[in-house]
Amino acid sequence: MSNPDIEAVVKEELGNIAPEADIGTVDPSADLREALDIDSMDFLNFVTAVHLRLGINIPEKDYPKLITLDGAIKYLKVKRR
Amino acid sequence: MVDFRMPSLGADMEAGTLVEWLVKPGDRVKRGDIVAVVETQKGAIEVEIFENGVVEQILVDLDKKVPVGTPLAKVRTDAEAKAGMAEAAAPLPAVPPPAAPPAVILPTAAPPSPAAPAPLIVTPPGAPGRVRVSPAARRLAETRGVNLSAIKGSGPGGEVVLTDVEQSLVAVAVPTERKRTVGLDLAAMRIAIAAAMARSKREIPHYYLVHQFAMTAAEKWLARTNAKRTPDKRLLMSALTVKAVALAVRKFPIFNGFYRDGRFEPAANVHVGVAIALRGGGLVAPAIRDTTQLALDDLMARMRDLVQRARAGRIRSSEFSDPTITVSSMGERGVEVLYGVIYPPQVAILGIGQIVERPWVVRGKIAPHPVVTVTLSADHRVSDGHAGALFLAEIDRLLQEPDKL
Repeated sequence: MSNPDIEAVVKEELGNIAPEADIGTVDPSADLREALDIDSMDFLNFVTAVHLRLGINIPEKDYPKLITLDGAIKYLKVKRR
Repeated sequence: MVDFRMPSLGADMEAGTLVEWLVKPGDRVKRGDIVAVVETQKGAIEVEIFENGVVEQILVDLDKKVPVGTPLAKVRTDAEAKAGMAEAAAPLPAVPPPAAPPAVILPTAAPPSPAAPAPLIVTPPGAPGRVRVSPAARRLAETRGVNLSAIKGSGPGGEVVLTDVEQSLVAVAVPTERKRTVGLDLAAMRIAIAAAMARSKREIPHYYLVHQFAMTAAEKWLARTNAKRTPDKRLLMSALTVKAVALAVRKFPIFNGFYRDGRFEPAANVHVGVAIALRGGGLVAPAIRDTTQLALDDLMARMRDLVQRARAGRIRSSEFSDPTITVSSMGERGVEVLYGVIYPPQVAILGIGQIVERPWVVRGKIAPHPVVTVTLSADHRVSDGHAGALFLAEIDRLLQEPDKL
């Protein structure tokens, strides 16, 4: 099975949720909910898309760990190992 | 051969996006057939053809946005076929100016010139035929460029009255772009929101009630339920609150329905309108039909679909006129209390504040609990505070037993 690039997937899915934002310019340590104006439905869609594409199931209790771009990428890399 | 063209649905419409073809080359069409679905600022509109004939050629691909008047397909009419003149079809007359409404409309509208080509009529789903219009409605429609034939009248005998035109201005608030950029259509949406809200504040004597209660049971139930599920099957708290409102209002029907022509018309079913914030600003509040009959999972699926479509600008026009009561939820980022402004002709709107952790007394003990503040804005022409208080208490009661929702 191919090994999709986690960072690319995360950025692409965030881009789908916030199409008007330039994900490349988002501060990697900023709260994504503030930086991209993401609500709980958006976040659920993001988590759903990540699960679908990377096969990584993110339990609700881990949501706070994915609140920044850096945090999300780090969390997913650890989970995939 | 005649051209089937992108119709104009009002003076403010400059272009439409072709989202569905219901015919293909070689298909027979007859007058009144719906041949395409076009997405406009007013939502997706089914477009009928007004000729008998055979589709010769499709000229515009799906998802393409084209100006009003652009030929979408070529149709060989029966008359031409008989005369054997199809190939030598006469050149087409000029396109009617974009502002000219389709032929079915009222006498005051600019009459289509006798040479108007490929006469097409446009009707939103379920509202065919000639429309009668009140003078006030016509005046507003003219000043705002609203196409009256696309409006479903709620007056006597289906007459289009002022309320209907104002409602349609709210519906104009739908963005057309799939990928919206900040700033797009915001001015038009603001005008629509302003029209509806100004009317609400002018005509509806609002009263407001506030009720605060613990969401401990609901949060625990939700966490337990979602822990067993993959993300695609998870629920959000808003599904629970919307369901609780729908069930509660069934017991208090005085908050469910419309105030029209000086009296309250209770609605037979509960279609909760859900306020959805759009990226970049603005909001819409389309309906979830028959909310009381949906299991939580189904309701959640519908809400996900609705939010996605709202943000992509693909709300159906009926979803704007259907809500019998509206719920506006703050979500997890926001403020604790929100006082809604009623969407006319509805008679109530609930504001669900952000759930916050607060010291709360349960059985004589202070402990931190998740607490929500729910407000009811209701129409004093229809109900009063006593009923409103009972309605809010019922929502509270239902949310204490989430497994029964």
